Amino acid sequence: MKRVQFEHSPIPYLFIAPQIIIIVIFFLWPAAQAIYQSFLLEDAFGLSSQFVWFRNYTDTIFSDAWLQAAGFTLVFSALVTFLSLALALLLAVKANEVIQGASTYKTLLMWAYAIAPPVAGLMGNLMFNPLIGDLYAFMNTIGFDFDHKLDSVDAGFVVVLISVWKQVSVNFIFFLSGLQGIPKSVTEAATMDCKSSFRRFWTITFPLLAPTTFFLMVINITYAFFETFGIIDTTTQGAPGGATNTLVYKVFQDGFRGADIGGSSAQSVVLMVMVLALTVIQFRFIEKKVHY
Amino acid sequence: MKYVSLVTAGFMTVAAPLAAQTDIEFWHAMGGRLGEVTEEIAARYNASQSEYNLIPTYKGGYEDTMTAGIAAFRAGQQPNLIQIFDAGAATIINAPGATIPVADLMAEHAGGFNSEDYIEGVRYFYADSDDKMIGMPFNSSTPLLYYNKDIFAEVGVDGPPATWEEFEEMAPKFADAGYQALAQSHSPWIFAENFHSRHNIQMATANNGYDSTDVEILYNNDALKMHWTKVKEWLDNGWYGFYGRAWGDNQDAFVQKKTAMWLGSSGSFGGLAASTDFAFGASYLPYWKSLTDEPYGTFIGGAALFAMSGKDEEENKGVADFLSFLASPEIQYFWHKETGYVPITNAAYELAKADGYYETTPDAEIGIIQLTQPGGEWTKGYRLGFYVQIREVMYSQVDNIFSGEATVDEAFATIEEEANALLDRFDATMN
Repeated sequence: MKRVQFEHSPIPYLFIAPQIIIIVIFFLWPAAQAIYQSFLLEDAFGLSSQFVWFRNYTDTIFSDAWLQAAGFTLVFSALVTFLSLALALLLAVKANEVIQGASTYKTLLMWAYAIAPPVAGLMGNLMFNPLIGDLYAFMNTIGFDFDHKLDSVDAGFVVVLISVWKQVSVNFIFFLSGLQGIPKSVTEAATMDCKSSFRRFWTITFPLLAPTTFFLMVINITYAFFETFGIIDTTTQGAPGGATNTLVYKVFQDGFRGADIGGSSAQSVVLMVMVLALTVIQFRFIEKKVHY
Repeated sequence: MKYVSLVTAGFMTVAAPLAAQTDIEFWHAMGGRLGEVTEEIAARYNASQSEYNLIPTYKGGYEDTMTAGIAAFRAGQQPNLIQIFDAGAATIINAPGATIPVADLMAEHAGGFNSEDYIEGVRYFYADSDDKMIGMPFNSSTPLLYYNKDIFAEVGVDGPPATWEEFEEMAPKFADAGYQALAQSHSPWIFAENFHSRHNIQMATANNGYDSTDVEILYNNDALKMHWTKVKEWLDNGWYGFYGRAWGDNQDAFVQKKTAMWLGSSGSFGGLAASTDFAFGASYLPYWKSLTDEPYGTFIGGAALFAMSGKDEEENKGVADFLSFLASPEIQYFWHKETGYVPITNAAYELAKADGYYETTPDAEIGIIQLTQPGGEWTKGYRLGFYVQIREVMYSQVDNIFSGEATVDEAFATIEEEANALLDRFDATMN
């Protein structure tokens, strides 16, 4: 049987070409380079190079430092994602109900959005400075023996706090617009049926926000994995004892500080696979529960 | 015709000096005040001659500059001259043919080179195992003890401690008066590398790594573990302040009078003078009397300049010419006075003495005296690959000692194991 062939013009290809070219140059080609480099052991200047199969992988991934960073990254990402979504949702719901001065509230909650992670990190670092930091003094005044320079839980608290603070406003904007997208007729009908606003929220509002929540979850996990790099670099730099080192920061430390190109490439490839797996899980299993 | 030749002649006079000038790219890591002084030296060089045009470019911190240099080299866009710091020395020196040894470059283009012209403490650090200088020491510093004279007078302590034993005697007095006795800004540099030099203890096999990249670290030794056991005791007694791994945070503790003494760099002098509102003095890095009767000289810290390969003869000649200019006594003296880094040549040191600089500012001489203190077998320096990562391991294990998460023995066993794995990896990149 002859397959049906449709004649089509090459113009659509021309239209998508710029996008494809950008993807190839800025994503596929570097990714291919990283995979290639991850099998090579080279001196930093690239003057002697040898193919070593999986040595870069075994050297780096089985090291205690990498495993520690992997553990922290997972806990950190889970905490940052959950807390920044939960807080933003709470704030959005409350701000949505405000009638007097609503736009002031909204603006105030939104404007941290414009702050870049390294700047947020620098400000947080200043506030937690043992000599002049107000938050450091505050934590110690209210009875905590707070010392993020040496205590790994305290250091984790600092980076989570700053990362969540930075991300809440982004989530807030999306949740707020999500809430405003819920038809008034639905909420009014619900109000007649059910007195408890708490139950109305979980049975009506939250399910209707599911597409927004799912989208934000994907965005936030990516944020926690990659973009918090700037916050780690300007605050703890992985200290104390590597307890706040994330996988991305370790790639940077080994590759850009330590000139170990093979080792850091291997780590990037593993990271790439991890994020790919995570994305597949999100879209295959969690998205099924989302009703658009 | 006459007009044409006039016009051509006009162009010639304007264009000739420009066309004949060879550009020399110089990448450095000197920011802030240090960057200004570096720019000033470049400007003076360009004004002093017309053949070459030196273009200094600030590339960020030490690691950033090294990474930029590596990336540029791999792309065939390397600068003529690059500043590489102590911990990165093994990376660039061991890369076969990435640089032209300055000793060779100067011998060929600048009418000879004699390493004896350079002061003892800086002569060997950036040299190969035959003492041939590969990099030209540029900003050379050494760890010094700074002390707050006002606090010393207040608690009734006469002067800074020469030994750690003396330190332990005076430390309780500061604690009683509500001060921490000591803080310190770079534990791998001051309390590991220079600890070995100060007590003339071997740091690594293969002649501290100078002879081969097949090398093992010897940090898991009793002397160093004893020192760190003590430091942990000091911390627990409240004698020692730890303000994190950032250089500035610990320096600030001294500036804000939390601690009576601070271990920093000889290059910190200018910054302290500008930021303190009390009288402070500089003194030598203390040593353990129990380990050595007389202290040995320290290593230099800071960075050196490397001439990158793959450039044409004319440019290499320019690099050699600039390096001679840089090593001249007048420029070295200027650099020394403006930044606090030590002068690298004997002639520059003599000039500073003859000028009476040390009579007015005796503290400025401490660093250079310490560097020229008797050298031993293990005071030349070290050459260890992936040393940036090894320092990272040190930092994190020191945190663990301080927080009590690891004992000193456990921490140093980890340091040894992880550092040797890194050295092994580095060695493999060289085959």
